[in-house]
Amino acid sequence: MPGMFIDVRVDAAAAKDTELAKKLAEVCPVDIFEAGDAGVSIVEKNLDECTLCDLCLEAAPGKVQVIKLYE
Amino acid sequence: MRFYEYESKALFRRHKMPLGQGELASSAEEAKAAAAAIDGPVVMKSQVLSGGRMKAGAVKFADTPDEAAGLFAPIMAAEVSGQTGRSVLVEEKSPVAQEYFLSVTWDGRAKQPVVLFSDMGGIDIEEVAETHPEHLSRTHFSSILPISPRIAKEAVSAVGVSGSDLNRLTPIVFELMKIFLEYDLTLAEINPLAKLEDGRFIVLDGHVDMEAEARGRHKALLAELGVQEEETRQARPPTEFEIQGRQVNEADHRGVAGNVVEFDGNLGLVIGAGGGSLTLFDAVRKHGGKPANYCEIGGNPSVNKACELTKLILAKPGVEKIAVMMNVVSNTRVDIVARGVVKGCIESGKDPKDVIAIFRIPGAWEEEGFKILEKHGVEYCDRSVSMYEAAGRAVAKMG
Ligand code: SF4
Repeated sequence: MPGMFIDVRVDAAAAKDTELAKKLAEVCPVDIFEAGDAGVSIVEKNLDECTLCDLCLEAAPGKVQVIKLYE
Repeated sequence: MRFYEYESKALFRRHKMPLGQGELASSAEEAKAAAAAIDGPVVMKSQVLSGGRMKAGAVKFADTPDEAAGLFAPIMAAEVSGQTGRSVLVEEKSPVAQEYFLSVTWDGRAKQPVVLFSDMGGIDIEEVAETHPEHLSRTHFSSILPISPRIAKEAVSAVGVSGSDLNRLTPIVFELMKIFLEYDLTLAEINPLAKLEDGRFIVLDGHVDMEAEARGRHKALLAELGVQEEETRQARPPTEFEIQGRQVNEADHRGVAGNVVEFDGNLGLVIGAGGGSLTLFDAVRKHGGKPANYCEIGGNPSVNKACELTKLILAKPGVEKIAVMMNVVSNTRVDIVARGVVKGCIESGKDPKDVIAIFRIPGAWEEEGFKILEKHGVEYCDRSVSMYEAAGRAVAKMG
């Protein structure tokens, strides 16, 4: 479920990449990504804390979307 | 952080200020022993953190040790602004010829410490300022540059004191200035500072307030005085609302959204930034508004923290609307606070546009923040609207 202000989506194939998952979990300053054995999952309760820093977009170009739900 | 009288005097004693003989008593037996040691009439004063002790019956005089023992219990029980004594200070009763007022405090407007001195001590100094302004001097000094006794002398002579009284008072005033600076005090006051019949001066009553955030720098002094780390030293115990405010702040390390103080008005305040809280609180009152609380937000609190603070304030009985106002922010993000307060309203079951009277936080990421507010129909303004004007707009909406 998206947050009230922000939604973050990861491309379905990329989401299974465990190395990418680790990278996303590492770069996000507010713990929106969680790395596991099956890849990356989104921590919904943290979505609205997104700082719009774009670090995830730089870590996985074209594979992650950060959506401002208020626009 | 306010000190009890006996602690203030212990601090003064460290600096060799002239004090009468006295002992702290925690029981009738100790009061009796203290009076016996003084071997003469004594004054017995309840140790509370507020003024008005005399009127409340928390200060009494005893001529004998037995009388002192008998007065201990009624003095301890006397209520002063909702507080009862933690102990009783038993001091010699001094033969007073004249009373003076001496205080060192911080002048926020001048951004400097100021010595207030009057030859009309023992009474309400505000009254002296109003009815006999020529009997009260205000002498500013630097908190950065070295200070000299000349400043103290100026403060005393400004009300017409001269000769040996001037010479005797100057070192006392100078010492208090040094104490004020050395211990990061916000107030060091001696009232009355008494001239005795034999011409000596002594500190009859005094108290000091230390900047709460300076506690860490003065651990040794506080330990010496017996001040425990958990003692907040507020004039009253924290309310449930204030405790919950502290919990909101402590639950998340990001930024500040706390220092909540409860008032009984209908306009909740989410305010802060660089002195903004005090300015905005005053502005609301100046416009005739009734704040439901004081608080401080800053340092870029998380969305969750701003949300929880908003929910807490909205849940306070009597709160009809909130005003979200800050000084211009640089390290706090406008959009993050906007998300937090809007979310707090919605999670409280309220429409943000109905309950946010005004949102006035200009600064970092304001365009992004304003987009959120626009989406939810909340009235907002940028830095072209002063804090004072924004407070006025909020109050005008309270009907
Ligand atoms: S933009 Fe920054 S804060 Fe937002 S999800 Fe990406 S890395 Fe995390």
